[in-house]
Amino acid sequence: MNDYTFNDYKKGQPRWCPGCGDHFFLASLHKAMAETGVAPHEMAVISGIGCSSRLPYYVNTYAMQTIHGRAAAIATGAKIVNPKLCIWQISGDGDGLAIGGNHFIHAMRRNIDLNMILLNNRIYGLTKGQYSPTSPRGFVSKSSPYGTVEDPFRPAELCFGARGHFFARCVATDAKGSIEVLKAAYEHKGASVTEVLQNCVIFNDHCHDIVYNNEGRKKNAIYVRHGEKLVFGENNEFGLVQQGFGLKVVEIGKDGYTIDDVLVHDAHCEDNTLQLKLAMMSPEDGFPIALGVIRDVEAPTYDEAVHQQLADVSAQKKYHNFMELLETNDIWEVK
Amino acid sequence: MAEKLEVKELDQVVVRFSGDSGDGMQLAGNIFSTVSATVGNGISTFPDYPADIRAPQGSLTGVSGFQVHIGAGKVYTPGDLCDVLVAMNAAALKTQYRYAKPGATIIIDTDSFGPKDLEKAQFKTEDYLGEMDIDADRVIACPMTQMVKAALEDSGMDNKAMLKCRNMFALGLVCWLFDRDLNLVANFLKEKFAKKPAIAEANIKVIQAGYDYGHNTHSSATNVYRIESSVKEPGRYMDITGNKATAYGLIAAAEKAGLPLYLGSYPITPATDILHELSKHKSCGVITVQCEDEISGCASAVGAAFAGALAATSTSGPGICLKSEAMNLAVIDELPLVVIDVQRGGPSTGLPTKSEQTDLLQALYGRNGESPMPVIAALSPTDCFDAAFDAAKMALEHLTPVVLLTDAFVANGSGAFLLPESMDELEDINPHYVTPELKGHYTPYFRDPETLVRYWAIPGQEGYTHILGGLEKDGRTGAISTDPENHDEMCRLRAEKVARIPVPDLMVEGDRDRADLLIVGFGSTYGHLYSAMQELRKKGHRVALAQFRYINPLPKNTARVLRKYPNVVVAEQNLGQLAAYLRSQVDEFVPYQFNQVKGQPFVVSELVEAFENILEPRRTRISSVSLSMSD
Repeated sequence: MNDYTFNDYKKGQPRWCPGCGDHFFLASLHKAMAETGVAPHEMAVISGIGCSSRLPYYVNTYAMQTIHGRAAAIATGAKIVNPKLCIWQISGDGDGLAIGGNHFIHAMRRNIDLNMILLNNRIYGLTKGQYSPTSPRGFVSKSSPYGTVEDPFRPAELCFGARGHFFARCVATDAKGSIEVLKAAYEHKGASVTEVLQNCVIFNDHCHDIVYNNEGRKKNAIYVRHGEKLVFGENNEFGLVQQGFGLKVVEIGKDGYTIDDVLVHDAHCEDNTLQLKLAMMSPEDGFPIALGVIRDVEAPTYDEAVHQQLADVSAQKKYHNFMELLETNDIWEVK
Repeated sequence: MAEKLEVKELDQVVVRFSGDSGDGMQLAGNIFSTVSATVGNGISTFPDYPADIRAPQGSLTGVSGFQVHIGAGKVYTPGDLCDVLVAMNAAALKTQYRYAKPGATIIIDTDSFGPKDLEKAQFKTEDYLGEMDIDADRVIACPMTQMVKAALEDSGMDNKAMLKCRNMFALGLVCWLFDRDLNLVANFLKEKFAKKPAIAEANIKVIQAGYDYGHNTHSSATNVYRIESSVKEPGRYMDITGNKATAYGLIAAAEKAGLPLYLGSYPITPATDILHELSKHKSCGVITVQCEDEISGCASAVGAAFAGALAATSTSGPGICLKSEAMNLAVIDELPLVVIDVQRGGPSTGLPTKSEQTDLLQALYGRNGESPMPVIAALSPTDCFDAAFDAAKMALEHLTPVVLLTDAFVANGSGAFLLPESMDELEDINPHYVTPELKGHYTPYFRDPETLVRYWAIPGQEGYTHILGGLEKDGRTGAISTDPENHDEMCRLRAEKVARIPVPDLMVEGDRDRADLLIVGFGSTYGHLYSAMQELRKKGHRVALAQFRYINPLPKNTARVLRKYPNVVVAEQNLGQLAAYLRSQVDEFVPYQFNQVKGQPFVVSELVEAFENILEPRRTRISSVSLSMSD
């Protein structure tokens, strides 16, 4: 089925800063697109505004770079009227979670079949360095010279709070991990959110350093896969177990913990409690960062439901065009 | 069109039904207008409802009115003041009497004029007629509630259900006054309540009771003439509101264009009925999405347009402000989009249920950058159908967003809509699609050299992948460009593309060859301005009317028409937006202006007085007419 190579999806010369995480991610997206086997003309890439939202200029598909924050809304309209289109919706943390926050949560809630990509560098790059809704409290930037006095959004929390059915995370420089979750996002029917941890070399350099290279990921990340034990470490020597209402990191073979005590990841579990706990793990609290598909639950999609309802109502009603519609009214005749 | 029909004042009657919001006044009014239309009368209706959903029963703020104008020939407005006022309770009499002509017949339900009712309506004594200076001879005072209960005694209905039929008693009485055939009313109700025959039967019984009451008491409306039917264009008709007609126009246009219809919308008064109406017609393939906000309503429609639909968004009041950003994306992306703005009182939340024409300049200019956008204004409730159809056709054939301006007055008002006999009667719509020759080397900015319209490539087709976006593009390659010359060229090109859209000439009605005064208006004031013109002509003045339906681009003969007459008055329900626009487009055009922003339709008699003041300047000048120059 796969007649395409990543070159079929490439276009133009990206103009992001040298070293920007967007370059890495774009290459992974091209490859993932090829691996889906969907023809370029059956795809649309739709973005908002910001550095990462320039991405549609570098794909050889149907594409729109739109207005700030509205990509999810625009993609929603496109998907509903043209449901065969495979739509990748690209936003940054400002575009998706600040100005576009309302559209983001409602796309999740409706569960419209969009592959929503959130490139998270925790900074506003295109406007040259202001804090974003994912910047940590106290973050010093041009618009917060004395540090921010507000807490950030954690994208997974927002996604789950909006009843999202798919959440995955990858690191821009990790091609293998990125391609794997992008393919899973494509396979998932319904709204999917893939958070891409991405560095901004100019305004927020080193923001994801602890997981930005292989070595760091071995120490500080856990790759979660459905049906597999939640183990991590250079030799998979650590595992996650449930303790009380929370998770706990244990060393396998120590303190009486065996591999049997370690949780098996269930991305398909309807109840998102433990998935959320996985998604919220942070090295600051002594946990690894979870990478991979954290939640992937099947649910009715909005676009399918819309078309199903059109078909159902059509089968019930006796009028199917404008002239027949007119006849449903109280009509009188003047001779 | 209109000038062929001479309206005779004596052949018209205006009836205003008023009561609590829940009293069913609209249904009574609708039945009366439909039955009148069935026998060949011209009809026009207008609901006047409060912003509160259900204000306390019997209170002054809870009164809603429904005015019906019927005439021997065509009628152009719902009428200024009524000949017959139905007041179902004391509060209705108190608030609605001001809409009655001197000497009008008043019908009241005396059972709703008890001490408590009078107190709620803020009457000071029991002599409510005296307090309002109403001559008791003109009042048909009837204990409707008791009579309804008596009529339904054996029906087995409970008290509450019986009281709901009071509106039908009033209707029966009005039918007696105007000699309406009760069989027609009965047929209407049988169809309306086809699934609930018991309700139909009860209503018919009560109507008969109301009719008989009129007969038995020899009730008459002293000042009212019997309405004769005159010949109207033969054909099949239905009563339609402006909002419903707008929805129908879009459905017809989508079918004609062979495209799915998409409406992205967010509920807002008074545009919501368009969303309601379109949401019903899924069996015609109509897709509606009630979006998370106004922004998304418009943005999702832009996405739907990109993906290959006839896309529309509908709103009112502040909603249009929120949509302007996404409308502008459709401008630079040159995507077809119909933006329906049902204007209401502003600024901000303003007067949500009232009507005015104050969004004209926003529709024309209310966006950042050079943002040319066609604007069409519907003339009447039934014209909303044609205007919506035309807006869709223009959008699809010229790949541009189009603003359709209606307002609360035409949106909620209704008229008799002549049904097309087949789809062939409607104009063809040919969306400006890509052609096979462009396959493989298409860019979105290839254009037809005559119309300057680009070619629409719908995603999913091989060989036409492309990117659209909000950034300025090179006019040839479609690549991002900040080149100064290119941007200047693109701004002019987008403007020129809209300017080249062909629109019909401005029509002049009345004494078009030599009028002393040309009345100019736009959109929904057509009926009132036309009636005012006819009044003036009857009085011996030479007057003409030019009503703008196409506002951008303007008809080619605009300057010629405006310069032809010695006096021109621009009358509009705002503080002078059309006048300002026309002055910017036509050199040395200095009109008189008549401006009102009351949230209510124009009153023909006030227009006549103001225009006479222009024709005979020795009369006292009234404040709302002024020369637009600071003289």
